[in-house]
Amino acid sequence: MPTVLVLAEHADGALRPVTGELLTAARRVGTPAAVVVGAPGAAAALAGELAAAGAEKIFVAESPDADSYAVTPQVAALQAAVEAAGGAGEVAAVLLPNTVDGRDIAGRLAIRLDSGVIADAVDLDESVVATLSVFGGSYVVTSQVTQGIPVITVRAGAVTAEPVAGAGEQVPVQFTVDPATATTVTAVHTEPAGDRPDLAAAQTVVSGGRGVGSADKFSVVEQLADALGAAVGASRAAVDSGYYPHQFQVGQTGTTVSPQLYIALGISGAIQHRAGMQTSKSIVAVNKDPDAPIFEIADFGVVGDLFDVAPQLTQEVSSRKG
Amino acid sequence: MKPGMNIAVLVKQVPDTYAERRLKDDGTLDRDAGEAVIDEIDSRGVEVALQLAEQHGGEVTVVTMGPQRATEALRKALAMGADKAVHLVDDALAGSDAWQTSAALAAALRTVGFDLVITGNEASDGMTGTVPAMLAERLGLPQVTSARKVTVDGTTLSAEKLIDGGYAEVTAPLPALVSVSEKIADPRYPNFKGIMAAKKKPVQTLSAADLGLSNTGGANAASRVVSSAPKPPREAGQKITDDGTAGAKVAEFLATERLI
Repeated sequence: MPTVLVLAEHADGALRPVTGELLTAARRVGTPAAVVVGAPGAAAALAGELAAAGAEKIFVAESPDADSYAVTPQVAALQAAVEAAGGAGEVAAVLLPNTVDGRDIAGRLAIRLDSGVIADAVDLDESVVATLSVFGGSYVVTSQVTQGIPVITVRAGAVTAEPVAGAGEQVPVQFTVDPATATTVTAVHTEPAGDRPDLAAAQTVVSGGRGVGSADKFSVVEQLADALGAAVGASRAAVDSGYYPHQFQVGQTGTTVSPQLYIALGISGAIQHRAGMQTSKSIVAVNKDPDAPIFEIADFGVVGDLFDVAPQLTQEVSSRKG
Repeated sequence: MKPGMNIAVLVKQVPDTYAERRLKDDGTLDRDAGEAVIDEIDSRGVEVALQLAEQHGGEVTVVTMGPQRATEALRKALAMGADKAVHLVDDALAGSDAWQTSAALAAALRTVGFDLVITGNEASDGMTGTVPAMLAERLGLPQVTSARKVTVDGTTLSAEKLIDGGYAEVTAPLPALVSVSEKIADPRYPNFKGIMAAKKKPVQTLSAADLGLSNTGGANAASRVVSSAPKPPREAGQKITDDGTAGAKVAEFLATERLI
């Protein structure tokens, strides 16, 4: 069986859920192997979880450089892991999460491996044919790399993780970063995400739009999200009006989400918003305007005031949980 | 090259995202359908380049690869204030994938010479968003993706780049490649003087042969489309008008669908 390498996505000593999804996709094609790039000691904290998620092998690429530079450590580490796994004849694909960094790593790695690249796959079959959902889900395209080892980024939440425990055998690999082609990270500023799940990977997303009316009133969106254990999103109109921070924007120019459930509150459903959420499995929309385009794609639509409907739903959800 | 900062900006003519976009039967973009405009994000890239050149001196060159009508995108950038343009145009390049596009653009950029390359962070018509990274790797450049602020001091570039949940401060030695996010400078509108001046600015055209490119075109792509089909439109489900119990009815729907 050929090896399929998966770049482990981790932060603060914890594995991101997309890693389990990538290992599940990898198992369809060959033997899943995770590649952990991090500061010394990073892999030890993740090894148990990676094995449980399906990694037969874990390539451990640790260096103090891993956290001080952006992108190029992962590129060099994956290149080293490809060699350690036996090179082109033995490696069937390299899978990465479709994040900003994931796409950059994939692009650079593809050039180093002289390989084709496919970005933002929503599915992958056993012959490494990737399914893409393009133009915001209005076209379904299948695509295949025809040169070198396929390098593929996969959208978070698109593949359902089905963990099959693997051996988790650890294999150290060495890599070096050339400072002339490297970007140094000098500081990172992130808002504490609190207890809410990551927007891109959440199973449920509750989003508010212009209809929410103010930053203060966004609490009605947050309360429903918290009752459902969901991430909070916002339309571009809500972000541009200053109701909610930019990093929560869902749509063509924000984050693309593909959750099991998407609840749109006071969002009209402009094409640019739909492009970022219409591959959601189920869509619920609440809007005062019966002609809002969001209703055209909603599985369940409510014409009404979100300030009546959302709190009632929040209460129902909380009471059903007991 | 002039003294100061020489900046190459990649621009792309794309179908208007507000209009319908279509794929042709072979899975490539139907570039004749709908209105074509300069990618909004690229005009922000031009703006950043103009501001840096105004501060540090030097020349701004806009570069595009695309059919003849892509000249319109170049003229718009020249009208904004860019000094000259390079148009890589050749039927042999039609159907290029990200791998080939990055090879062609790298070759064109080598003929231009630069201290900094600026691109949009994701062309709104593309299916990959990997071209800037591939280009940086081919040219041996450090790369900053999704920058919302860029400054240059001597041979060091400093930037704030958007990351999941916030932003990071980064530095990189020049020459470098930066892709800008929509949170960076708003593009200036070309004025009448700029539009008139643009007509006299040099636009150099290059062919695949000029750049010594081989294995071009869709038949030699490193990835290929196996199938492509419009997705059946999502059908509207049930729609109710709130009579005071809609919240409870949504909860029932979610329970039936096993979503809660």
